[in-house]
Parts: sequence; structure tokens; C-alpha cells
Amino acid sequence: MKAVVVGVGNEFRGDDAAGLAVAEALRDRVPRGVEIVRCEDEPSRLIDAWAGADAAILVDAAACRSRPGVLHRLDAVAHRLPASLFPPSTHAFGLAETIELARAVGRLPARVLVYAIEGASFETGAGLTSAVREAVDSVAAAILDDLEELCTSAP
Amino acid sequence: MTERRTIRTDYIARVEGEGAMTVVLDGARVASVELRIFEPPRFFEALLRGRSFREAPDLTARICGICPVAYQTSAVNALESLCGVEVPEPIRLLRRLLYCGEWIESHALHVYMLHAPDFLGYAGAVELARDERAAVERGLALKKTGNEVMSLVGGREIHPINVRVGGFYRVPTRRELRTLVDPLERAREAALETVRWTAGFAFPEHTVSCDLVALSHPGEYAIERGRIRSDRGLDIAPAAYDERFEEEHVERSTALHSRLRGGGSYLCGPLARFALGRDRLSPLAQEAAREAGLEAPCRNPFRSIVVRSVELVYACDEALRLIDAYEEPDAPAVPVEPVAGVGFGVSEAPRGLLYHRYRLDADGTILDAKIVPPTSQNQGAIEDDLHAVVAREAALDDESLRALCEQTIRNYDPCISCATHFLDLKVEQR
Repeated sequence: MKAVVVGVGNEFRGDDAAGLAVAEALRDRVPRGVEIVRCEDEPSRLIDAWAGADAAILVDAAACRSRPGVLHRLDAVAHRLPASLFPPSTHAFGLAETIELARAVGRLPARVLVYAIEGASFETGAGLTSAVREAVDSVAAAILDDLEELCTSAP
Repeated sequence: MTERRTIRTDYIARVEGEGAMTVVLDGARVASVELRIFEPPRFFEALLRGRSFREAPDLTARICGICPVAYQTSAVNALESLCGVEVPEPIRLLRRLLYCGEWIESHALHVYMLHAPDFLGYAGAVELARDERAAVERGLALKKTGNEVMSLVGGREIHPINVRVGGFYRVPTRRELRTLVDPLERAREAALETVRWTAGFAFPEHTVSCDLVALSHPGEYAIERGRIRSDRGLDIAPAAYDERFEEEHVERSTALHSRLRGGGSYLCGPLARFALGRDRLSPLAQEAAREAGLEAPCRNPFRSIVVRSVELVYACDEALRLIDAYEEPDAPAVPVEPVAGVGFGVSEAPRGLLYHRYRLDADGTILDAKIVPPTSQNQGAIEDDLHAVVAREAALDDESLRALCEQTIRNYDPCISCATHFLDLKVEQR
């Protein structure tokens, strides 16, 4: 089984670094055949990063809708990501658009899971807030469970 | 009493108040145009203070996920010139090759994923891909080749860590670089196809009248070095930038605007580079420009997509030439000892002129830094252009006018530097 785990974010923008923090927390802890990727720019290059992989697990911060640290787990193959995941954008090509673009050109892996962690602050130069920092380990643990399940179910 | 309308779009809007356009109309009169597209990298200027000059290329590369090579190059240019070091020719050419990779990656992203959908009537690249899959795959392949060049020369494709003051940490072998030849030859064909594709789009008749400012260097299409010139006679060394350009507050906007001192707003980027450097493009890129019907200067920002496509051809062509001529340097870097004083560096980021200035003490500690990215410099020109477009098309309904404003902004490929990447997630219970 070949899989990639992608942490998306900007480490200089407060809780936007959540995805990167999860990727670092998973480094050296994932099964063989699983690659850890940091994505700090626009995400369309991820279509190349997951080429040939059976599964991709993506972790990103999300705007706060309920309370900081709340985690959402979405199956991007079974459902299109909610329309609200597409913030209007004249420049940035976002993670949700990357997934939909890959789907349109037949380059989405068989399994794609998206973890979104609600953040509290996205201030330039700030670190993770405590609620998000506390969520990082549990997200990493959930991803390790996913990977174990993927490994056992895959040929 | 006239009707007051506000046309607004939040487009890097993942943080309250960040990245927005607001146009206010009183009847048919444009009351104000305000664009907040770019947060100048003040945070990084502060971060650099007190750090060693050797850290500048690495730190500034973090400013932008799209153009890290531009930030590194302007930084090393400023610091090496202050310290009296000129890197050996093979190192300079290797940096130019790395920069070509960035141009390919960035231009392919903008042309295919962000800009083409406007001309073809699609909401975005996803919708375009459903109907024109082959075109979008061509764009993705081009982008991938740019990434491969950056990855091989730069160490890793995003935020290359291989560039240092004085050269590189490690230089590739000739054999390693040869692995890029096949992908680049295919990319060059794809780029020629890109020019033919974009040249066939319909372009509104539109011209901008501001000065066009770009680097210029004898005998080459300026990328990683040159003097700062304009199509109206400006011709200065990078060290004179602050004497000729200024950042100021203007009444209609809260943002700082770059202006020519004693002049007005100006435009940098592909249109400016093409106006000043068309004759120095490779014969193949010049031929592609001719076939596309591009004249220099081209002052229609809607046609910038064709100019970017021609620059894609050039960047592939030039990368192949540089690989063919590559000779491994004797050492990956030359020694650089710090000198107290002020250093100035420029280069042509995909979006245009990127200016860096550093003041060092004798130990090489950075006392202060100034970074002026192309999107900051273009902000005034973009707002002027929006003003003109809205004034002319004020009869359109709000939705059509908003779409036209967004397309007008996209003509300038504004940078997402400093933008966050997080999702705007409205929870929908299933």
C-alpha cells in the first residue's frame, strides 16, 4: 500500500500551521510506503505528490465555525467537499479545488481523507493557539489508525 | 439623489479583513476603488533584523510559496554586491536555470489554473478541466516540469534550500542535469501549444498608459540581473531604486502605493519585460510572439496571458540552453566575508521586479531590511485600471461588474505571498 499524508499550511500564520504540525508529529511514526509531505504553497502540485498512491490523507486548518480545535473528517472520494470549502478566490488555487481538479482529470487516489482543524487565530508571526496545539496529537493518532486500516484492507 | 452601489469581493478572504476589493459607485461616478491584495512582508523585514546575512536567502524564500527563488535571488544579489563578490559564471547560470524553473511553474499555474477560465467562460479550472481535459493536463505537465527543475537545482521544489550567499550548498552534476532535457523538450512543445491556445482567446480592447518598468541587461532577456529601466527612459542601477521610487499613502486607499517619484503609478511584470526585452528573447520565443500577433509594447493587460505563454516558451528554451552549456563550477560557492554598509538587489520574479535592500554591520548582522515585491509595486496600476474599467462599464449589473473587476485583477497575477492556506469550512451536517 502506497499512501501520502500531506500537511497543508503556512507556519508563520498562527493556527494555519496546524496541518504542518500534524505532519511533523507523524514523521518517523508512519508505516513503510507512507510518505509525509509538507505543502506550504498553493496545493495544485499535490496532484503530482499523490500520483501512484493508493490513498492520500490531507490535513489543513479551517476557519472557526464552532470552536477552536474542533476536528472534521471528510471522505473526499465519496462526496464532493462542501461548496463552502471553496472560498471565492481570484488567485489562490486551494486544496478543495485541487481535489476537484484531480477528480475531473482522473488523478484522484482511490481513498482521499481530509482532516480539517478549526483554528482560532491566523495572525502573522503567531504560533499555534493552545486549543489547536492540543488537537494536533489526537489528529496524528486518528491518522495512524486510518493508515493501519488502509494497510490491512489493501492487498 | 444618485444611487450608491458597492461592488465587493473577498478573494483571499480566509481571514476577516484580509484581501478584498471594494468599488463604490455613486450613480455612474466611481467614488472609490480599494484593493487589499497584498500584505507587504513587514513581518519578514522585522524577522531579518538581528539575524546573520547568511540567513537572508533562506528566510526570505519563506515569504512566498510561488516565487521563493525570486526572493532568494534578490537577497543574494544585494548581499554579494555589498560584500564585493561576483559569483563565478557557472554559478550565475545555474541560478538562472533555477529561476527558469520558477517561471515555468508560476506561469503555468497562472495561465491554466487561474486566468484561462476567465476567457473561456468557466468559473474556474475545475469546470474547465471537465470540458477541456487535455488543455488542463498540458498545464499540469508544464507545472510539473518547472517543479522538477526547481527540485533538482534548488534542493526541493518549494522553498529551495540550496541557494546560499556566494553560490549553492551543492551543485548538480552534468549527468543529473541531463535528466531534465527530455521533460523540458516536451514542456517547450507544450509551451508553444500554450501560445497558440491563448492567442486564440477573445481580448477586450483596452490599454494602460502608465510607465512599464523592468530589468534590462545587454544580450539577454533579463531575469536574475540587470539595470532597472522603463519604456520612457528611466535607466538606473538597483542602488538608485529608493531615489526614484517611493511608497506613499493615497487618499482612496489604506494601502501603501509604489510610485515613481515625480511621476505616477507604473507597471512591472510580463508586459513590461516584453516591452523592454522582446528583441532579446530566443528566436523560437520571438517567432511564437510574432505568430500570436504580439506587438511590443503590448499595453493591453488582458493580453498578458499571451505574453506569459511566450515567456513559458522562453523559459523552457533558455533552461535547455543553460543545461547544454553547463560546466560544473570548481566549487559550489565562493567565500563571502561581510562588509558594513547597504546592499541593493533586484531580480525579475514571475510577477515583476522584486527589490531587496539590506544594511549590515561589520559582523554581517542585518540591521535593517526592505523588501518591495512586484504586487505592491503594481497595486497603484491595478487600482487605476479597475477605476477605468468600472467607469467605462458602470451600466453593467452588479454581478457582471464584479466578474469583470475580478478578471481585471487577475490580468496582473497578484501574489498570494503571506496569504494563509486554511479552509473556510461551513459545517454542513449530512
